[in-house]
Amino acid sequence: MAQTLYDKIWDNHVVYSDEGSDLSLLYIDRHYVHEVTSPQAFDGLRINERNVRRPDLTFATVDHNVPTTNRSLPIVDQISSLQIKALENNCKEFGIRLFDIHDKYQGIVHVIGPELGLTLPGSTIVCGDSHTSTHGAFGSLAFGIGTSEVEHVLATQCLWMKKSKNFEIVLNGGLKQNQAISSKDVILNIIRKIGTSGGSGSVIEYKGNYISSLTMEKRMTICNMSIEAGARAGLVAPDDITFEYLRGRVYSPKNELFDQQMDDWKNLRSDNGAQYDKTFSIDIDNLAPQVTWGTNPAMTIDVDSAIPSPDEYSKGNDDEKKSAIKALEYMNLKPGLPITDISVDRVFIGSCTNARLEDLIEASNAVKGKKVSSNVKAMVVPGSQQVKIAAEKLGLDKIFINAGFEWREPGCSMCLGMNPDILQAGERCASTSNRNFEGRQGTGGRTHLVSPLMAAAAAIAGKFVDVREWV
Amino acid sequence: MEPFKNLTSKVVPLDIANIDTDQIIPKQFLKLLGKTGYGEYLFFNWRYDKQGIPLKDFVLNSPVFSGRQILLTRENFGIGSSREHAVWALKDYGFKVILGVSFADIFYSNCSKNGVLVIKMDKNTIEDFFSSKINENFEIDLIQQQIKINSKVFDFDIDPTLKNYLVNGLDEISKTLELGNHIKKYEDKNKVSVKSESMI
Ligand code: SF4
Repeated sequence: MAQTLYDKIWDNHVVYSDEGSDLSLLYIDRHYVHEVTSPQAFDGLRINERNVRRPDLTFATVDHNVPTTNRSLPIVDQISSLQIKALENNCKEFGIRLFDIHDKYQGIVHVIGPELGLTLPGSTIVCGDSHTSTHGAFGSLAFGIGTSEVEHVLATQCLWMKKSKNFEIVLNGGLKQNQAISSKDVILNIIRKIGTSGGSGSVIEYKGNYISSLTMEKRMTICNMSIEAGARAGLVAPDDITFEYLRGRVYSPKNELFDQQMDDWKNLRSDNGAQYDKTFSIDIDNLAPQVTWGTNPAMTIDVDSAIPSPDEYSKGNDDEKKSAIKALEYMNLKPGLPITDISVDRVFIGSCTNARLEDLIEASNAVKGKKVSSNVKAMVVPGSQQVKIAAEKLGLDKIFINAGFEWREPGCSMCLGMNPDILQAGERCASTSNRNFEGRQGTGGRTHLVSPLMAAAAAIAGKFVDVREWV
Repeated sequence: MEPFKNLTSKVVPLDIANIDTDQIIPKQFLKLLGKTGYGEYLFFNWRYDKQGIPLKDFVLNSPVFSGRQILLTRENFGIGSSREHAVWALKDYGFKVILGVSFADIFYSNCSKNGVLVIKMDKNTIEDFFSSKINENFEIDLIQQQIKINSKVFDFDIDPTLKNYLVNGLDEISKTLELGNHIKKYEDKNKVSVKSESMI
């Protein structure tokens, strides 16, 4: 029978199927670990006198909590420091490779996995973080898990899973599209159209000539936010762009082995006639830059339009209408206000969605030779040490610093504000991250999700601008 | 895990859709190293004002609802971050059952690992609960997969394996380790490995 890419990866990893239940035991090829969702899992191992089954397939880094300021100074936050220390001890005790705070490969877990060539096509990847969906850009089945599952994978290298539905999203056009539109606008637009539960219970496979034309970094941005559409994972079939990205990376297979594996990877695509439970298609031509106005990522609108009324937004759904009223109140916005009239206090360029080298290059294009508006505090937090080093080679740090941005050390930073990088109550932020939930970037903080170019331009202008007029 | 025991309780109505795990437990409370002690921070930003004083109109602060063990909610509960701390907080607070229309995938599975029963019911039934059954006793019977309210019976679905784990309080990891032969066979056949950096 014709199979989807998801079906194929799934079948390749079933270790055991439980009769009379929907659950299968899947083998996990890569397990990424970070400091926040792992301490209780390691404790569980110790209490039950269990070992890590495959420390060689397990990789850890510190990202969620780490300060983004000078790394030679001690960490001020005692509790963060305890969590980081706990991970160090756990990795030592169980023999796991840790990219610690001083490692040249340290960075946000979803930035370093691909960058190091650990994320490979056709593999299964898990991490105690929902944005594990990022790695699906390589044609790997990658999804976030909770701490109990982290413990389960550490102990068994397997996970019980119920098979999800196949959801196909076809992205057409876009080849002659405006330079001002990025894959962040595309994924925000998709979430706006299918909703935050549109992908629930499914794995989304992105197809179409638009996605094939994208670089790996841009594909990652799309897969990253699949979780915001409710899907557990996103997938893109691997192709020459994928293979070229992976060749020669630190952990990628070497030489002949790479070529051999590449032959296998080439079969990782959905068969003609494969059945999907759900299909959605979207035309990229004529897409406008997107800006979120509310407190979930589906509350998104074109930059050249105005804040919708709760009725316009909810289209007759009472629960959604209530959510919109609550969101407008929290965001302190009124229906009818043009997006380009909204001024911002802070700009954050960072996170596993948009802190790779290309993102920083794009953002720097809006910044070069200009100054950050006097009312705005802006920062760039590269996704990893490797991104930071590469960006500095290109002189991007100078461009940002000269314009008045802060140039920081890698970590999750203000994406979730577990470290000192947070919004103050009432502050409004243009952010390249992935979640605009209430208080996500700091209690009372107001987040607008945008692309790197849009965020950079907002820093200069002090308000949202239509970047199509800038490039 | 402790076995799930049948229970009878009234519900705490949380009449909001799309509640994300950042609301259930804000990130500043994710720094603890254990699984308990999160209950007092549950829904922190909705429960307290800036000075830490309980906000009167939030349901958890109303004496009417205190001590109830079932959380009644709407659609799309538990979206966003995979933090299991959200479930630890709900459980630590005293909720044993979460009742709603739909739940995020990761949240659902996190609940089942902690002995918290999640029951999905259709939109009309949940609407009926909100509008007319807030002060009724809900008798939850997991074995029969039924909720009894005033002798009226509502059936619910649950995966048989999950049910078995909940009813018997089984430890999933030991069950999986019993399949060690299968795992070993898979590893041998597929030669799963990563070369370490030193070998590169
Ligand atoms: S950058 Fe944000 S979304 Fe990405 S892993 Fe860190 S906290 Fe999660």
